Amino acid sequence: MINITIDGIKTSVPEGSTILQAAATVGINIPTLCYHPDQAVKANCRVCVCEVEGNRLLQAACSQPVAEGMNIKTRSPKVIEARKTILELILSHHPQDCLNCIRNGNCELQDLAAEYIIRDNPFELKIRDLEKDFSTPSLFRDPAKCILCRRCVDACNVIQTVGALGLEKRGCEAMVVPTLGGSLLDSPCVMCGQCIHACPVGAIGEVENIDELLAAIADPDVVVVTQIAPAVRLALGEEIGMETGELPMDVFVAGLRQVGFDYVLHTNFTADLTILEEGNELLKRLTTGGTLPMFTSCSPGWINFCESFYPDLLDNLSTCKSPQQMFGSLVKTYWADKMGIPAKKIFSVSIMPCTAKKYEASRPEMNSSGYRDVDIVLTTREVGKLLRLTGIDFKRLAPSPFDSWMGAYTGAAVIFGATGGVMEAALRTVYEVVTKKELEDVNFQFARGFEGIKEAEIDLDGTKVKVAIAHSLANARKLMDQVRAGESPYHFIEIMACPGGCIGGGGQPITKANAKRIERIKAIYEEDQALAMRKSHLNPEVKVLYDEFLHEPLGHKSHELLHTHYHAKDKKAF
Amino acid sequence: MAVEMRIALRNYGKIDPLKIDEYISLGGYAALKKACAMDKAELIDQVKKSNLRGRGGAGFNCGQKWAFASKADADQKYVICNADEGEPGTYKDRLIMENDPQTLIEGMAICAYAIGATKGYIYCRGEYPQVVAILKAAIAQAREKGILGGFDLEVRMGAGAYVCGEETALIESIEGNRGEPRFKPPYPPVSGLWQKPTIVNNVETFAVIPVIVEKGSEWFAAIGDPAYPGTKVLTLTGDINQRTFFEVPTDTKLNEVIYELGGGIPGGKKFKAVQVGGTSGAFIPENKLDTAIAFDKMAAIDATLGSGAVFVLDETRDLVDVSTRIARFFEHESCGKCAPCREGTMRMYDLMEKINAGEGSPADVALLNKLGRVMSYACLCGLGQAAPAPVLSTIKNFAADYNAKFK
Repeated sequence: MINITIDGIKTSVPEGSTILQAAATVGINIPTLCYHPDQAVKANCRVCVCEVEGNRLLQAACSQPVAEGMNIKTRSPKVIEARKTILELILSHHPQDCLNCIRNGNCELQDLAAEYIIRDNPFELKIRDLEKDFSTPSLFRDPAKCILCRRCVDACNVIQTVGALGLEKRGCEAMVVPTLGGSLLDSPCVMCGQCIHACPVGAIGEVENIDELLAAIADPDVVVVTQIAPAVRLALGEEIGMETGELPMDVFVAGLRQVGFDYVLHTNFTADLTILEEGNELLKRLTTGGTLPMFTSCSPGWINFCESFYPDLLDNLSTCKSPQQMFGSLVKTYWADKMGIPAKKIFSVSIMPCTAKKYEASRPEMNSSGYRDVDIVLTTREVGKLLRLTGIDFKRLAPSPFDSWMGAYTGAAVIFGATGGVMEAALRTVYEVVTKKELEDVNFQFARGFEGIKEAEIDLDGTKVKVAIAHSLANARKLMDQVRAGESPYHFIEIMACPGGCIGGGGQPITKANAKRIERIKAIYEEDQALAMRKSHLNPEVKVLYDEFLHEPLGHKSHELLHTHYHAKDKKAF
Repeated sequence: MAVEMRIALRNYGKIDPLKIDEYISLGGYAALKKACAMDKAELIDQVKKSNLRGRGGAGFNCGQKWAFASKADADQKYVICNADEGEPGTYKDRLIMENDPQTLIEGMAICAYAIGATKGYIYCRGEYPQVVAILKAAIAQAREKGILGGFDLEVRMGAGAYVCGEETALIESIEGNRGEPRFKPPYPPVSGLWQKPTIVNNVETFAVIPVIVEKGSEWFAAIGDPAYPGTKVLTLTGDINQRTFFEVPTDTKLNEVIYELGGGIPGGKKFKAVQVGGTSGAFIPENKLDTAIAFDKMAAIDATLGSGAVFVLDETRDLVDVSTRIARFFEHESCGKCAPCREGTMRMYDLMEKINAGEGSPADVALLNKLGRVMSYACLCGLGQAAPAPVLSTIKNFAADYNAKFK
């Protein structure tokens, strides 16, 4: 243990602690901007500088390790003046666009400017003449707002190993740019949106589709139907002043009706459906010598990644569409017929924790219904904005149930939102199909948790199936390289592009640390635990769907509506 | 009375730099042989006792640095020579490398033995391709002669970045990354090139190592200023009659350098200021010229010896204009990694341009003072920390030049 004094407080901290870590142990909060708890220390913003007795230079708290007897002042006049000056420098090179900015009210630079009481900035306002990039349907970049903290570069290159963002030029001309210097669409970007979570300001955000929704709601001839992904509800509360997991599902549904949705249905319905289709697809491959290992296909960021970096392994991907897209093709066919609503009047909305889903919905082949299957995708953050717009007090709103035919779901569907959830859901059904026995303990603990790669050998009454689970694309890459080398021991692999799975998706409330992802994962399994039905094949509405419409998993109708194909990305980047 | 004393440049003009045998005939590589027969700890101690301090500008005790690297436990260690020589007005390292490349190689080989390194790099600025050719030829000759033993040495070129003279930015450049400094600690002797223990020393520092090993630490420590002993190669530029180089003991005074060795100001003009140490050095007024060039003596007058560049300006020179050009240099050379330097060098240049154009006011000078002060202790590396120095020194010592420009 090292003994130090910090702002007059004497304390002992473990060797190797930085000043920032040491300060936190005694409740001293040093401001930071480029620091990120899940990334390597950068020490480039210099906002966290502190005075260390005996040293003329100020030390960055995030990078400076403590030493025996160190006497630290985290808010001496010299430090405050330095921090203010640094903030003034950054702010005077930043668009004063708060009122129009996507991060208004949720911006680390705004927070610091307020904390440090920035008034008359002595430096002349200079705004970089850099165009906004709206080239992708999922993400936009506003490079003039970039403060060059490089958190997005780390998220894209280290955590995701996609390499779509990098630095160009030097000094005051330095910029974060898409790789190859063109637009984001030209770059390897897979639209996972992890860069959004990393960005402290409004330099990156999702392409918002709120205006399209409001236009559809205002149009009396249009029937606005939505699906909701399993990872949305538990995080949505964070957008409206509640704790993670606190917003009850039926209050959320009621809230959506207040926003103006005509029908509220659940992606969990098609998640259960996906298990039926994909589980049978896996069994077919296992028994008829199909391409193995089979990869899950519900994460569009992952699909983009596979099409970009592993186009030689596209046959390994399950041909199942994602639950979002399965839903989209059914809502304008099966559901429309059952409800007696003309398909062309349906505006199919999808509420997702994901940014890549906006791209997925726009893929030209996603029109099996004869129309665009999913018209718009809204992120959890956009829905949060809509709910705040209604001004409702959610603690007093009367609950409302889901609408019929595509609203019922099981716990197996709920856990799709966490890394390992698709695997566990699939095993709950596959076990019973193969062994013809009832699965008494539905909890597959090995599949749960934040470990980057999880694996197990499952014994299906003699039949052994080796499975693996990866979340974040750096871990996906490890498993894929193994497959490419012909050395993969697995039969079935679940891959989620985002750290933690969908609960950490690019469209979720801005997620500043993995600790929050872990908290959301806990809420997912609690939700599953509380449900009576936890196996996909028990979903009564799914049974009706097969009885009346699809007839059998992997049948003709399924192939027409619920399965898809992939293609290598045709980009200069590759 | 100022006299030259050539240690780093002892072989200048006496040998053909491309003939290793001539270097050997003047005693070259005897020191390496002697060093390799010594106990490593004893060798390092000798270098420490000589009190040789880095000649690149930072002035850290050379032997102490080697001791850190020697103590570090690793499967691979590196010796790097910083031949980036980015400081404008400095060409001392070019003199050494063009005329006596083997002394540099020998110094590096001695260091490699001392710390247990088997691989070395000479990082030479990209603007010196002719020097690179000489270095490569010299290394090939040394290798052919079998002198270097297991020490594998290669040359890497810079590509026009002043910031790559900073040791960690240099390391990043060798690794193939953007030339941007790392935060310290960890320091290179503990974690440097590819995170291995690394010694980075200047050309001039390595050049005197063979002589220290040969003649002993006491001999070196007795030369010049005791706190910063030995000699320093100075390169004189600007308004000076003798626009050339001199190697002098470190207790030589600035006025001796300018008026005796330098031959004074041409055209009968009066002296106005001298900027010592390169573009990040302070501008020293006449009343401070009775100061020895030694590192600590210069610090006492708020100046730096730095690289040993001596840039003299006469009474006709407009120091605001000169400072503005210097501010533009730093704006251009800032790597852009840390906010106070990336933004601060840009703002310093903007403000200086404004003042220089006659549009400035005392408020702008006050802002420059504050900005410069904050940069000097908040920036990530020496570039940002030192960039304000020339501007701040002219504001302090030559206020009249600024007052003349105000609106």
